[in-house]
Amino acid sequence: MRHGKYRFIVSFLALPVAIYLVFVIWPYVQAIGLSLTDWSGLTPTQNFVGLANYVRLVQDPLFWISLWHNIILLIVLPLVTLALGLFFAFMINVGGKKRKNVTIAGVRGSKFYQVVYFFPQVLSITVIAVLWQFIYNPNSGALNSALRAVGLDANIGWLSDSRLALTSIIVVMVWWQVGFYVVLFSAGMSAIPSDIYEAVLIDGANRFTTFFRITFPLMWDTIQTGWVYLGIVAMDGFAIVQIMTVGPGGPDNSTTVVPFYLWDSAFNHGQAAYGTAMGVAMLIVTLLFAVLTLRFSRRERIEF
Amino acid sequence: MTSQIEKTRPGDAAAAKPTVPRPEKIESEGGVLNVFSHAFLILWAAMVVLPMLWAFMTSFKTNAEIFTAPWSLPTKLHWENWTGAWTTANFGSYFINSLIVVGGGVVGTMLIGSMAAYVLARFEFPGNRFIYYLFISGMTFPVFLALVPLFFVLKNTGLLASYQGLILVYIGYSLPFTVFFLTAFFRTLPTSIAEAALIDGCGHAGVFFKIMLPLARPGLISIGIFNVLGQWNQYLLPLVLNSDKDKFVLTQGLADLAVNQGYAGNWGQLFAGLMIATIPVLVVYIVFQRQVQAGMTAGAVK
Repeated sequence: MRHGKYRFIVSFLALPVAIYLVFVIWPYVQAIGLSLTDWSGLTPTQNFVGLANYVRLVQDPLFWISLWHNIILLIVLPLVTLALGLFFAFMINVGGKKRKNVTIAGVRGSKFYQVVYFFPQVLSITVIAVLWQFIYNPNSGALNSALRAVGLDANIGWLSDSRLALTSIIVVMVWWQVGFYVVLFSAGMSAIPSDIYEAVLIDGANRFTTFFRITFPLMWDTIQTGWVYLGIVAMDGFAIVQIMTVGPGGPDNSTTVVPFYLWDSAFNHGQAAYGTAMGVAMLIVTLLFAVLTLRFSRRERIEF
Repeated sequence: MTSQIEKTRPGDAAAAKPTVPRPEKIESEGGVLNVFSHAFLILWAAMVVLPMLWAFMTSFKTNAEIFTAPWSLPTKLHWENWTGAWTTANFGSYFINSLIVVGGGVVGTMLIGSMAAYVLARFEFPGNRFIYYLFISGMTFPVFLALVPLFFVLKNTGLLASYQGLILVYIGYSLPFTVFFLTAFFRTLPTSIAEAALIDGCGHAGVFFKIMLPLARPGLISIGIFNVLGQWNQYLLPLVLNSDKDKFVLTQGLADLAVNQGYAGNWGQLFAGLMIATIPVLVVYIVFQRQVQAGMTAGAVK
């Protein structure tokens, strides 16, 4: 019996562990070593060059521009997305008029909103990028022609104007992500006992007070999780930049992000090792973000 | 309700402006807030629905119509955009490639992932925790870090630009979350039936396939839908690992057409291709809308 158990364990684990080691763990492990070489990806030789790639990275202005764009995303994307997600979830779950026997209810059609808002989340990022590229098209795109239809002289180059391009991209990312947080926060809000709301309503609290004194603090853990999730999205941005933007990455590098620069260096410019060093740098930034998030949120929690 | 609020008013710390009668203030505030909030809810719904409707509409228009009147209805339903997208723009073969890769990827992920999760959840053996955390660690690292080495792993094994290569990579990168989710799920299942079956002479593998897998069906459906959508929508991995045009998956084909053909191309056809890539996802979402939402947010709630 005992013998049979171990044979069973090995036979069930062998394949998953093998696939996982070869295609996931092994590349991750290799990445560290590869970033210390001068490999182009095309030549058979790999010479150890120590930290040369990292030194070059620190001196590369384009890397800093790319990283700066990721950091802007890291701050703006969670702030806007979580605020909208909380607002919509609050309206859908708590914001409705009081009806008979039900003190706490969502607005009319809240079910419909929850289904519709989530929809972009299931779309492929490719579909979203291609779709929005056409929405932003200056001449016959949906946005400018809708603006013209209401009488505005809209000839705006949403993606070709370097001052607007990054904002246009952030709008798409918010559009894509909000629904997820509406559903996530709705689940969190419906878990809050309704007698708490009933009690504060009797005490005369209005919706603003209810939201900031009750919902927000009680949701803090979920909001924190959401922040981390959006941080991961913000550190990416590859597909949108690569498909949508001028250049891509432009105009004038105004939309380039680290994952895009990494991919471009490694696969279009024969700088495999240099690209991998960027990957390691990204890992460091991600870990830093995680540590900062945890510290920031711990301080907040004491306040409430 | 209102009378109760009135009674408790003196005790309310927020009643700093005694000249304004409190109940009225609440009502007017509620009114303005209501109108504003409802308008905003409707606006956001329109922002989601209108682009999709616009794309659908545009997929039936000629290039000339698209350029001159972007928002008007097509004068005639130009189905040739759809047939052209399917045949001349190759969306038919991209679609089939996606079906093959995602079919293999999801079936493989579910089978292999549930086997690993079951063993890790139900059996004690040296190294159990180590293997579990090895799987979980895959959720924390950015895929970009592994991108270059992964390309060369596939190149050296001769799997570059092949269905098998993509399927194996999809399985590998879907395993961490699948194992994480299903391990938790298998732990919640009752042990008594499995033990009874073992005493009756059923083997461990028999218990797994005949008893535990059917019991785990709700969990398998959640994570299965999650994987179908995730792998169907995958773009980065095929872009890097699958440069053979004949083996392009839908997302890749769509992006390639949009980027390379750009504004010079046949817009109607491109929009038809966009809809071809979207409709399967839309159908899955509408049919399984609750499971999709639950499956995709499951990791964040737990």
